Amino acid sequence: MTGMDDALKEFLIESHENLDQLDRDLVALEQDPSCRDSLANIFRTIHTIKGTCGFFRFQQLGALTHAGENLLSQLRDGKRSLDEKTTSVLLSLVDAVRRLLGTIEATGQEGTEDFSRLTTRISAISKGEAWIEELEEEAEAAETVSIVADGTIRVEVGLLDRLMNLVGELVLARNQVIQHTAIQKDTTLLGAVQRLNLITTELQEGVMKTRMQPIATVWNKFPRLVRDLGVACGRSVHLTMDGRETELDKSIIEAIKDPLTHLIRNSIDHGLETPEERRKLGKPPEGRLTLRAFHEGGQVNIEVSDDGAGIDPARIRRKAIERGLIGRDEAVAMSDRDVLQLIFLPGFSTAASVTNVSGRGVGMDVVKTNIERISGNVEVVSRVGQGATVKLKIPLTLAIIPALIITCDGDHFAIPQVNLLELVRIEAEQISQSIEDVRGAHVHRLRGSLLPLVYLREVLGLGPVTTQDAVHIVILQAGDRPFGLVVDTVNDTEEIVVKPVGKQVKSISLYAGATILGDGKVSLILDVRGIAQTIGMGVDNREHATREAPNATKGPTCQTVVLVGAGGDRRFALPLSLVARLEEVAVRDLEETATGQVTIYRGDVLPLVHLTDILGLPRTESGNNAALQVVVCSNGDQVVGIVVDRIIDIVETPLELKPPSRPMPGVRGTTIIQGRVTEVLDPVRLSEAALSFVDEEAAP
Amino acid sequence: MSTTRLYCSFFIDKVFCGLEVDKVQEVLRPQPITRVPLAPPIVRGLINLRGQIVTAIDLRQRLGMSPRTEHRESMNIVIRTEEGIVSLLVDDIGDVIPVDDAAFENVPDTLRGAHRELINGVCKLNDRLLLVLNTEQVMRIL
Repeated sequence: MTGMDDALKEFLIESHENLDQLDRDLVALEQDPSCRDSLANIFRTIHTIKGTCGFFRFQQLGALTHAGENLLSQLRDGKRSLDEKTTSVLLSLVDAVRRLLGTIEATGQEGTEDFSRLTTRISAISKGEAWIEELEEEAEAAETVSIVADGTIRVEVGLLDRLMNLVGELVLARNQVIQHTAIQKDTTLLGAVQRLNLITTELQEGVMKTRMQPIATVWNKFPRLVRDLGVACGRSVHLTMDGRETELDKSIIEAIKDPLTHLIRNSIDHGLETPEERRKLGKPPEGRLTLRAFHEGGQVNIEVSDDGAGIDPARIRRKAIERGLIGRDEAVAMSDRDVLQLIFLPGFSTAASVTNVSGRGVGMDVVKTNIERISGNVEVVSRVGQGATVKLKIPLTLAIIPALIITCDGDHFAIPQVNLLELVRIEAEQISQSIEDVRGAHVHRLRGSLLPLVYLREVLGLGPVTTQDAVHIVILQAGDRPFGLVVDTVNDTEEIVVKPVGKQVKSISLYAGATILGDGKVSLILDVRGIAQTIGMGVDNREHATREAPNATKGPTCQTVVLVGAGGDRRFALPLSLVARLEEVAVRDLEETATGQVTIYRGDVLPLVHLTDILGLPRTESGNNAALQVVVCSNGDQVVGIVVDRIIDIVETPLELKPPSRPMPGVRGTTIIQGRVTEVLDPVRLSEAALSFVDEEAAP
Repeated sequence: MSTTRLYCSFFIDKVFCGLEVDKVQEVLRPQPITRVPLAPPIVRGLINLRGQIVTAIDLRQRLGMSPRTEHRESMNIVIRTEEGIVSLLVDDIGDVIPVDDAAFENVPDTLRGAHRELINGVCKLNDRLLLVLNTEQVMRIL
């Protein structure tokens, strides 16, 4: 029993329920042989059992139900009317099926009981052959009590929803009781409150569990879908599904059904190549489509990946220009990573031809919207020629979420913990060193990386920031680029229930809703994604090797750049996406190796390249400066330090590029930043150039 | 044969207004209000109505009147609208007044200004006039 397959268990439960109904239907049918509904029900039940038998290879049961189905189809088609003999043989069929199911449930096998006589008898009747009634009493089977069926009850989802709402209210009421009793000294009361607290938590977990369903409930439909699509698109597809047992809230299961179907369609129609193409490419002719689901950090991850052609950024660029989604200059200025996320724009489709499967230009944007509606997010990872993976991150449940409560200008706000990375407190005396002001844009150096800071007071248009006190930074993530939200105080975590708010508030993208806190007051829930978008932080320009698409979009024409000086008085803009850290390396820490200058950086050897060398400019001697200004750039695992004369600023700049006066490797064009002509460096070429420089030097 | 309607009356900046009683769910004393930064100014904030979150609309703002000067908190008239429940913030609550339909008149043509559409009509009472608010319009621009 314990090792019983979930699918088998489900089959048994369903069949038992159906059989009970079958008894009633048969009897009703005998009383009113013209009742087509009953007949249709019976037929359907037997047919379903027969169908599933084939799947589980239950031969006896299959043969039995097959014979029964034949007889029933004659009844249904009006070729035969139901007489007493037929009814009784059908009833004995039901009994036999029930016995077989009982045996299967107990042992997992069909058992040794022989039902071939009954099968023959049913067939004989359906063929109109006379059957000599032997009326032998069939082996008196002990009434097998169905353990599985008796252990479950079908419950209406509406009821579960109401229960969940009530539990949500209870959680809020509990929060209030706890807050009010915190100052009491009555130990009996405190004990009772403690119990209330625990019971509420358990109840909450219990009710949440009742709503959980394995993702297999959605996935079970996919093998068929994949097969049909494969045939329709002329692809040979092998579907693998990992983590079928991963559980999700029913409402979320519903919500991801369509997006997943769409992603599978996309993979088969756009991603996988035809068997001939695959053979030519040296891939196995059968394309692989993999669905994975797993829990991670209180979220469910679902991945749809294929080993097809991947998403070609060049093709996306072209299509996006064709469709007028972006301008030509913009397309050139965008990194591949940004380009990948264009597929989430409405009206984008790269299928060369419109098929009835996909290519109508409604697609990824709908997937994205649907997933974001349930507070999830979507990422695309792609390697040209090797395939693409779409990753969905979805909360376990929407109803009750843990949240961090913070204060800003005297009001409480809730921040969903899903978005929370960490909390940083900077003491008053350290503020000046820890928070740097780069022309109005504040950044914090967090373990060497630059973390952009946002003041919640500013975002919400509240009073000015008071900086005398310690600064509390809530580090949040929306998409895959973290940012720091500066708040007045960090209070506590609380379980909150997202409550509906009127449209006047709903329309403000900064709020995800409202809730009622322990003190009984209404508190707004901040929408981290909304905040990130408002401040233009949605896009991550960081050029990972994996090139994951971020979730939020913004005008792709703006880019954050690091301004550096090199080659005399020339200014260069380096995309921040490329920059891992800004460092100073003391000249005495430099070491010469066969590969050129290196330094020891965080226990690793960091090769250094002068920006002037990459650009083919004469190297400007830094004179007797004791330290080199180094921009540490990373491209995947490879890290290189680009030596510049000085680091000037970090600015956000619209990229209206003029082509360089004379072509120069690594320079994309010039623009005017802070009233100065600035050469904008091409992140991809630059990193390639820098790395190849190191490699070249490495090769003697 | 004329019928009588009941109006829930209230004051906004000494103006005597009313709403059909069947639109009103309840009348509440001043409630703690959570402000909503960046919301339109007519949205004073959110209140907790027995676990339900209700938007509080500043009727003075909506009617283009100056903010209240005296230091008193507003009363809530909770009304049912198509978009759910909202609370209208008013200065003071009056009585529930039965008004004969014959005493109801459309908005006088002389009443001009941007807020004309917010008034359904005027009820002539013995000693004063009662302006009947059009709640759909009040909610419209929100």
